[in-house]
Amino acid sequence: MSEPQPKTSTTPRDTTTVPAQAPEPSRWHQTFQKITTGNALISVLSVLLALVVGAIMIAFTDEDVQKAAGYFFARPGDTFVAVWQSVSGAYSALFQGSIYNFRRDTFAAGIKPLTETLTFATPLIAGGLGVGLAFRVGMFNIGGRGQMLIAASVAGWLAFGFDLPWGLHMLVALVGGLLGGALWGGIAGLLKAKTGAHEVIVTIMLNFIAFYLVSWLLRTPGLLQAPGSSNPKTPPMKDTAIFWNLKEYGYNLHLGFVVVVAATVLVWWILSRSSLGFRFRAVGENPNAARVAGINVPSIYVYAMLISGALLGLAGVNQVLGTVTTGFTAGIDAGVGFDAITVALLGRSTPWGIFAAGLLFGAFKAGGYSMQAAEGVPVDIVLVVQSLIVLFIAAPPLVRTIFRLPDPGRGPKRPRPIVTKEVTAK
Amino acid sequence: MTTVTEHHQVSPQPDALATTVVTSWKAPIAFAVFTVAALALAVFAPREGDTTYRLNASDKDAIIIANISVPAMPALWAVVVLLAVATAFSVWLVTQKRRVPLWLVVVFAILFLFGFLTWAGAGAMLPMINLLYGSLSLAVPLIFGALTGVIGERVGVINIGIEGQLLAGAFTSAITASVVMSSTGSMWLALFAGVIGAMVAGALVGMVLAAFAIKYFVDQVIVGVVLNVLVTGLTSFFFSQVLAPNAAVLNSPPRFPRLPIPLLSEIPIIGPVLFRQTLIVYLMYLAVIVVFIGLFKTRWGLRLRAVGEHPQAADTVGINVNRTRFWNVALAGTIAGLGGTFFTIGSGIAFNKEMTAGAGFIALAAVIFGGWDPIRATLAALLFGFASNLQNTLSVIGSPVPSEFMLMLPYLVTIIAVAGLVGKVRGPAAAGKPYRKA
Repeated sequence: MSEPQPKTSTTPRDTTTVPAQAPEPSRWHQTFQKITTGNALISVLSVLLALVVGAIMIAFTDEDVQKAAGYFFARPGDTFVAVWQSVSGAYSALFQGSIYNFRRDTFAAGIKPLTETLTFATPLIAGGLGVGLAFRVGMFNIGGRGQMLIAASVAGWLAFGFDLPWGLHMLVALVGGLLGGALWGGIAGLLKAKTGAHEVIVTIMLNFIAFYLVSWLLRTPGLLQAPGSSNPKTPPMKDTAIFWNLKEYGYNLHLGFVVVVAATVLVWWILSRSSLGFRFRAVGENPNAARVAGINVPSIYVYAMLISGALLGLAGVNQVLGTVTTGFTAGIDAGVGFDAITVALLGRSTPWGIFAAGLLFGAFKAGGYSMQAAEGVPVDIVLVVQSLIVLFIAAPPLVRTIFRLPDPGRGPKRPRPIVTKEVTAK
Repeated sequence: MTTVTEHHQVSPQPDALATTVVTSWKAPIAFAVFTVAALALAVFAPREGDTTYRLNASDKDAIIIANISVPAMPALWAVVVLLAVATAFSVWLVTQKRRVPLWLVVVFAILFLFGFLTWAGAGAMLPMINLLYGSLSLAVPLIFGALTGVIGERVGVINIGIEGQLLAGAFTSAITASVVMSSTGSMWLALFAGVIGAMVAGALVGMVLAAFAIKYFVDQVIVGVVLNVLVTGLTSFFFSQVLAPNAAVLNSPPRFPRLPIPLLSEIPIIGPVLFRQTLIVYLMYLAVIVVFIGLFKTRWGLRLRAVGEHPQAADTVGINVNRTRFWNVALAGTIAGLGGTFFTIGSGIAFNKEMTAGAGFIALAAVIFGGWDPIRATLAALLFGFASNLQNTLSVIGSPVPSEFMLMLPYLVTIIAVAGLVGKVRGPAAAGKPYRKA
């Protein structure tokens, strides 16, 4: 789930400089230490803890449980049975709605929930990559909603308003949408670079501006509104522009997922292999040092927001060309712009971490709806579980305290202020 | 207050050190943009008729002011000329290496606003009292939220979770007030319970933020964002599961009645706007004054700011940095919780999912826009309130502009203001950085 942090990866040069420890602890001991103190276990336990809290909430608000608790001292067994039934019912619905449905006869039908998970995960991953990339440059792109809306509008307009050959049409709409998102994100980057305007304010404001702009476009005849309709909704996308999909086989999965996998690889390459990515990370670590090293910090802000906006734009394009192809309204972003922030946080701003986090949250989303339909548990519980997961993962000491796990050698794991002893002594 | 170093003219001494004066073209550019916008209105969208400004709340006021009528187009042209003069003056100031003074910005803004209102209200009557009264009401949660943000950042903890605190306050006040109302039947007791409940809820969210930020060193922005999601999820879940099925008992809150203050409420214009409000608004006045005086005139405020600016120094003189942070963030949470009451018992509306609708984020913008100063943040929040109520008012009298563009206006103005006038804002030095005792 969580990618190993970049600092733990050792280059060949490092291994030569590290002096060999005299008495080497046994391999088993090391492995045991790694498992009990490592990130992976913390992540698993965090998910577990969050699910336990969710279970408590489900049990306490369940009507059968409340009824049974009324005569708890007469027959305590009833209460526990009711608790078990409510919680296991809800969580098995969550599982069957997101991974595999055992009640279906064939494998092809049983696996459908998994494809739903991937469909829900697609915009989450794209958006998470955008937010995470901005995080790595030390910027907080809270404007995913605006960037998605603008991208969706541009892509949608290109997709329903023009007639182009099959394949090319889709490409044009995709690229147009990406440019729209990049433009909307780029405004915030440009203003930060040129005037020092705080990107948090600017992106929040741009969210509202985009929302009202798109609302106006949607209700004005001749712009985005479907002809002959008075609803603030666009006409459906043309078939030539829609992402290739598996609808004829009964799945909602579409090409967007492949695009997002490619985007993940691209962001990984940008961040860890390209010189632009090196400059991104340098500015993110310490803009002053980066400036001294000769990096043009303002232009990095602009580039970062352009790419971040384009990635959130990809999430918007996914919505209109893949998920909702029958025309869209101003609510097309579906809150993904904000969910993307939690995805990026859970993925610790690393591309593959975000990919995994997006899959997990996609599963929660897909399963949450089927849980609401089957068991009557409001889908909002998914928000609680998701936010608790991020909170727990961000605070490993808390999880260790709860499960009484050993603390990994107090020191090296904890980040320290970047000052040497000589400086502090002054 | 942020310290502004004034560079006075150096007395003519032969060996005086040359003082550098940092001037910026941002203000003239922003002025020019607004002047061109006003000119465009006058040239491309001329309107006919007079604009009438109505300055009385009702005909029963003790002192009646006559309505003021202004011919729309001549007034707009006069405004355009004045704006152009102000722009030219600011350009001259900058070429002379002098600062553009704040009063010029204020005069410019008022002029522009007058021009726009006169243009938009041509041929109709503008109820100014209603406009201002509504603006103040809409600004109430934003002001409470902004005060919370100011205290938090001044003590060194960035609070993105204002939205969550407002929502928690709205939720808790609705439940507690409804329950107390249905069990005791006393409205004032119910309202009092609602206010206390909201303050406790806001403080609890603040404590979670502080605990994770201070004890577990989690990035403060992360905790804030996540807390927003968490509170949204919790309140929505309990709303669907518990509140909605039992709405009569759990979600039918009473409403704060209007309490006109004798004498003060009879002052023309100011009275009906400021002194015929509800108790929550009076509490808001009190909160702004207390926070301002507390931050800048008391020992508590000095310590708080010291912890936010230079925790090492504060620690050296014996201030417990982390304890100061924790309790002040919790205290600030009570203010945001109080702000949340506006949505439910302040307006007599039942709680609904996500009913704060981004007010916490606007409050956050007001904090930064206002330069981490309680008074200026309040003014910024009032600007947002005014702009959203302007849209309401204009849509009633028939606005010439599509309502979406009017709704967009405050956000557009904020961007221009932040980019053009405020520019590189500098918050408290240690905000967002956890403190570890060496």
